[in-house]
Amino acid sequence: MKTLRDAKVGDTVTVVKLHGEGAVKRRIMDMGITKGVDIHIRKVAPLGDPLELNVRGYELSLRKADAQMIEIG
Amino acid sequence: MEIKIALAGNPNCGKTTLFNALTGSNQYVGNWPGVTVEKKEGRLKGHGDAVIQDLPGIYSLSPYTLEEVVARSYLVGEKPDAILNIVDGTNIERNLYLTTQLIELGLPVVVAVNMIDLVRKNGDRIDLAKLGDALGCQVLEMSALKGEGGMAAAEAALALAKGHRAGELPHVFTGSVEHAIAHIEESIAGKVDDRFLRWYAIKVFERDERVMEELRLSASLKAHLEQHIADCEQELDDDAESIITNQRYAYISGVIERSVKKKRAKHSLSISDKIDRVVTNRVLALPIFAAAMFLVYYISISTVGDIVTEWTNETLFSGLICGNLSAWMEGIGCAPWLVGLVVDGIVGGVGAVIGFVPQMLILFLMLSVLEDIGYMARVAFIMDRIFRRFGLSGKSFIPMLIASGCGVPGVMASRTIENERDRRMTIMTTCFIPCGAKMPIIGLFAGALFGGSGLVATSAYFIGVAAVIFSGIVLKKTKMFSGDPAPFVMELPAYHVPAVGNVLRATWERGWSFIKRAGTVILASSVVLWFLQSFGFVDGVFGMVEDNNTSLLASIGSAISFLFAPLGFGSWKPAVATFTGLIAKENVVGTFGVLYGFAEVAEDGAEIWGNIATDFTQLSAYSFMIFNLLCAPCFAAMGAIKREMNSAKWTFAAIGYMCGLAYLASLVVYQLGLLFTGHGFGVGTAAAVLALLAAVYLLVRKNRYDDNPLAVRSVTAASKKKEMIS
Repeated sequence: MKTLRDAKVGDTVTVVKLHGEGAVKRRIMDMGITKGVDIHIRKVAPLGDPLELNVRGYELSLRKADAQMIEIG
Repeated sequence: MEIKIALAGNPNCGKTTLFNALTGSNQYVGNWPGVTVEKKEGRLKGHGDAVIQDLPGIYSLSPYTLEEVVARSYLVGEKPDAILNIVDGTNIERNLYLTTQLIELGLPVVVAVNMIDLVRKNGDRIDLAKLGDALGCQVLEMSALKGEGGMAAAEAALALAKGHRAGELPHVFTGSVEHAIAHIEESIAGKVDDRFLRWYAIKVFERDERVMEELRLSASLKAHLEQHIADCEQELDDDAESIITNQRYAYISGVIERSVKKKRAKHSLSISDKIDRVVTNRVLALPIFAAAMFLVYYISISTVGDIVTEWTNETLFSGLICGNLSAWMEGIGCAPWLVGLVVDGIVGGVGAVIGFVPQMLILFLMLSVLEDIGYMARVAFIMDRIFRRFGLSGKSFIPMLIASGCGVPGVMASRTIENERDRRMTIMTTCFIPCGAKMPIIGLFAGALFGGSGLVATSAYFIGVAAVIFSGIVLKKTKMFSGDPAPFVMELPAYHVPAVGNVLRATWERGWSFIKRAGTVILASSVVLWFLQSFGFVDGVFGMVEDNNTSLLASIGSAISFLFAPLGFGSWKPAVATFTGLIAKENVVGTFGVLYGFAEVAEDGAEIWGNIATDFTQLSAYSFMIFNLLCAPCFAAMGAIKREMNSAKWTFAAIGYMCGLAYLASLVVYQLGLLFTGHGFGVGTAAAVLALLAAVYLLVRKNRYDDNPLAVRSVTAASKKKEMIS
């Protein structure tokens, strides 16, 4: 399974499925990361975590541990 | 009749600016009952019958964050007459996600598309009429920053409220989901307010715990509805909550496609992104961050801040007010005790606290600017990796940095941390960082017993940082901090020019809340301590005493000094000095001076180095220093803690924890120090070894609250919040 964590800076990927459950998953989805949406990986924070993503026209930061829950195509 | 309009929107959508513009100075700021989420309401300018209720900035009406729970309890419980929904036009897709949820509540809604000037500047076009048709409500445009259209939007909401007109609900859901929701609606009709039928039905579909509890459906009906939901889940291969979110966003994407034309290509860089490419760049981010922090610290603590604090303390309070006041009071023949109470107790005590205010205002001004331009979110982004290991937030860096100057603004700076758990943890640990007022204590002992070695001060900082890290790791495993999971899913808002009004208002609100605290808790504590210090029994007669040695405080000091014996300073002088340190830590040195019979000593107490060297060993001095660095901070800082915790229980827990940790740390250092310098193994040594083992155990033990699935944790957290709110 390829996840958002494996994507490289500069990639644009499409979300296939979200794994996990509960508050974190709901929060990620509330912020617009849903099935089929395109995500552009903007950069990684200077210390290597979290990630900065461009999704639905705005900038979102997400920890790598949480990015692992997002399956991409 | 009074009309209530709720102002709702995402964080960073310009809600605060609009709220300030709509209500002017006519605002009431408080807290939502039981929680530390700020509650603001105010009267609409020119419409005395309309109250604007500012809701916390939220992304969704899910039950997972405190702000969301507060906002939805208000909307569903208080049923405002209309909702004015502010939408950031430059980030319209995600902003409309909340809008679709607000509309489902069935209350009259007006959508105001904010930052329309920026939308135009970007060359984008938003077709308001089409958007309004799709959403089933009135859509207006505005620019809160430029002051355009805000009042018109509020008046539209007011008109709608007076007419009690809610729009047609848009058809957000499709297929089997819509079918299931319609079915749920039929089943629960009559059990809930008609207007909220759709909202409740969707929440039942999502299996929202709080709504299910509230509705108390019969077991058979629940099982029946559950079947419908499970069928949908099976058909769409997803859980119910995700199905709803997916369909909502799918619906919004369709609406956006029809009514918004973007000039820029998808994922392209905006001006803000280009700035950010430099500011949070892999190489430049840390130097820029260090420079920004240095600037904040340099201006607010070292230079301007120090000058104004010095002036308020020395010139204004000590000189002008205290000097003239006591001369005047003596002149009109007041009793000496009354002069003492007013001048030394009240004015002196409160003055010591108020002296921090100008410095705090400068600091808050700078923090407000950083917050308003959007840099604060970047601070969290840059520092998250380090701080989250200790159960803190990336934003905890700022309070700790500030606390190395003064703990009071340090604690207050924790206000910028949204997550309640992270904020409490930060407040509890910030005061471990040695503040400026603790420096004289270090100077005193370094000079008297360590030949003025700079290593003593350096080690004090290491001990402070170690205490923060230790506490972070240990506390995050306790039940107190097990509550909310804190996912770091954070928006990095676009940079923008700070709004002067917002910045000044935020600065003043923070400063004022501290001044109020100074007037109550801190005032009372100062008076009590003054009394204890100034009165005592001399030759069996109670009265005012000339020197502290005969004061009540000295008696108390002697009575409790045995407590400090295991730490190596079990005589009354250090005990009393520790107490007076509560007024202000720099008092510790002065108190030693008085107790050794000097009227006045230099800041580092050079005159009494000889006395200190006789009464203390290197080890007991170091132990005393550790205790005073880590134990309860001064009254001003305790007042700030009380203000920011907004709960007596949490305040006591924080202060109790600090004292406990200070005691054990000193115990371990002193007793093990004795052991290693060739003294025998005694009861104290055993206690120290036990304390050390306990500390190690707490550090390495497994976090049993971490094993629970997130779902369970969040549900218990949500129900806890419900209790707090109701």
